[in-house]
Amino acid sequence: MGVKQVVKGNFATAVAAKLARVDVVPAYPITPSTLFPEQISTYIANGEMDAELLLTESEHSAMSAAIGASASGARVATATASQGLKLMSEMLFIASGMRLPIVTAVGNRALSAPINIWCDHQDTIAERDSGWLQFYAENNQNALDLMLMAFKISEDRRVLLPSMVGLDAFVLTHTMEGVDVPLQEEVDEFLPPYKPVYTLDVKNPMTFGSFGTPAHYMEFKYQQWEAMENAQKVIDEVFSEFYEKFGRKYEKVSEYRTDDADIIILTMGSMSGTARAAVDSMREKGIKVGAAKLTVFRPFPFREIKDLSRKAKVLAVADRNISFGFGGAVFAEIAGALINEKEKPMLIDFIIGLGGRDITQEDFYKIAEISKDAIDKGKVEKMVHWINLREVQ
Amino acid sequence: MYEVRFHGRGGQGAVTAANILSVAAFKEGKYVQAFPIFGVERRGAPVAAFLRMDDKPIDIKYQIYEPDAVVIQDPSLIQLKEANVAGGLKAGGKVIINTRKEPSEFDFGDAKVYTVDATGIAIENKLGTHTNPIVNTAILGAYARAVGNVSIDSVTEAIMEMSPAKKEANVVAAKAAYEKVVGV
Repeated sequence: MGVKQVVKGNFATAVAAKLARVDVVPAYPITPSTLFPEQISTYIANGEMDAELLLTESEHSAMSAAIGASASGARVATATASQGLKLMSEMLFIASGMRLPIVTAVGNRALSAPINIWCDHQDTIAERDSGWLQFYAENNQNALDLMLMAFKISEDRRVLLPSMVGLDAFVLTHTMEGVDVPLQEEVDEFLPPYKPVYTLDVKNPMTFGSFGTPAHYMEFKYQQWEAMENAQKVIDEVFSEFYEKFGRKYEKVSEYRTDDADIIILTMGSMSGTARAAVDSMREKGIKVGAAKLTVFRPFPFREIKDLSRKAKVLAVADRNISFGFGGAVFAEIAGALINEKEKPMLIDFIIGLGGRDITQEDFYKIAEISKDAIDKGKVEKMVHWINLREVQ
Repeated sequence: MYEVRFHGRGGQGAVTAANILSVAAFKEGKYVQAFPIFGVERRGAPVAAFLRMDDKPIDIKYQIYEPDAVVIQDPSLIQLKEANVAGGLKAGGKVIINTRKEPSEFDFGDAKVYTVDATGIAIENKLGTHTNPIVNTAILGAYARAVGNVSIDSVTEAIMEMSPAKKEANVVAAKAAYEKVVGV
């Protein structure tokens, strides 16, 4: 049993890094993730953490330093958000291509322009092809737990890929909630020290990320693809080991009141609890609606989404991101995952909560209403809806 | 579930007040959630912070639109339309105001009004400056008495844990406000 504490989401990710006995933290502060390097700095100053905090001149440099440190065999964590993740973008692909199990907490924040410091998932979603695993927290406990599990999953020899753990800007990063902080000895049992397969070593010189000609580049990429496929199984294993050790259950896709549902609302991140509360209210009125939450976005949980899709007439996807010229990214992935299924539900996309627009239960009532209309008419008349949008001139 | 909304001005510690009260309620076994509305903060600008407490886990994650209680750290916000301090206040809700005035001088419909001179108490205890007193710990003492769902002992314990400076003076201020709040 850990220690129960009221903490902010940023603190939860920092304490996870400390408990994971991270060796190196290269960081460049950015709202809303700044508390992460601050807290790491406090831990080191207090002698509670034996790690190197590298304060770099930019996020690009922070990720570059993370790559160097990880290649030399260190366990590495950092945190960023929004524009910071964008500046890291070039290096993200290098980290995954070099198969370095770095873990990054991302305080999910909207992208400029216009400048906005509040929550949406655009920053991480835009990195979905970077070769990083992606996890999304619903609450601060999730943020802590997923960080711990991310190290274990990333460092597994079948995977060896970096992970990002998304926690919603302000809604989690700056919100105080009760969190069970595991004891150090419990975490040590769960997460043994990182033993890299290959490291930079002057006694045994080796090159990482060298030139890949047309003769070999494609095989490198195939191995990354395979590693991501392997991650599906490793995630299940680590989730189940975590449950046995700490008693908290994680699933790639968690379902709520879906068994006899006509409509299932699929969410990601901090809106998920609000969706469940809305489902309860609607059920009281006899509306057959359920909710499902996506915790793992990369690798995409095809099997779980296929299972889910068989349960409803409409799968309503709440996307806190927008891929201009298509729709929401989660919707796009689900449509792709279901394309070869004989029986599939109607799919409707709902763009919601961009740039920190508050997501309330009323938003989910509206989503259910539009979904119900599609059931009544037997067809989807409009594929992408924007929820709680002001009138645009 | 019990929902509280704090209204203050940047620099008065409204966000910290919500955080401290969340820790106090947590100490009494409650599930809690405390969070700010973050704007581009400037000293003196209207700010709001939220606190939920419940006997069961709190799943919802949006701002508080229908509070059970409202804490107003700066009475000048009452006239300010954009601050909308009474917005959505539940019938029979409670309003705690930092002011020298009497509760009867305010009209919040059927809500019960409590007043406390948190500014005077803060200055007396040298919390902040004369022009910019930090009133949040005093107002929490008043909250403990007026609302009564978190004890003054838990509030002072939380203050001792969370105040970055002048812990004892903050506790004295909270206790003084607990005694002096008008309307109980």
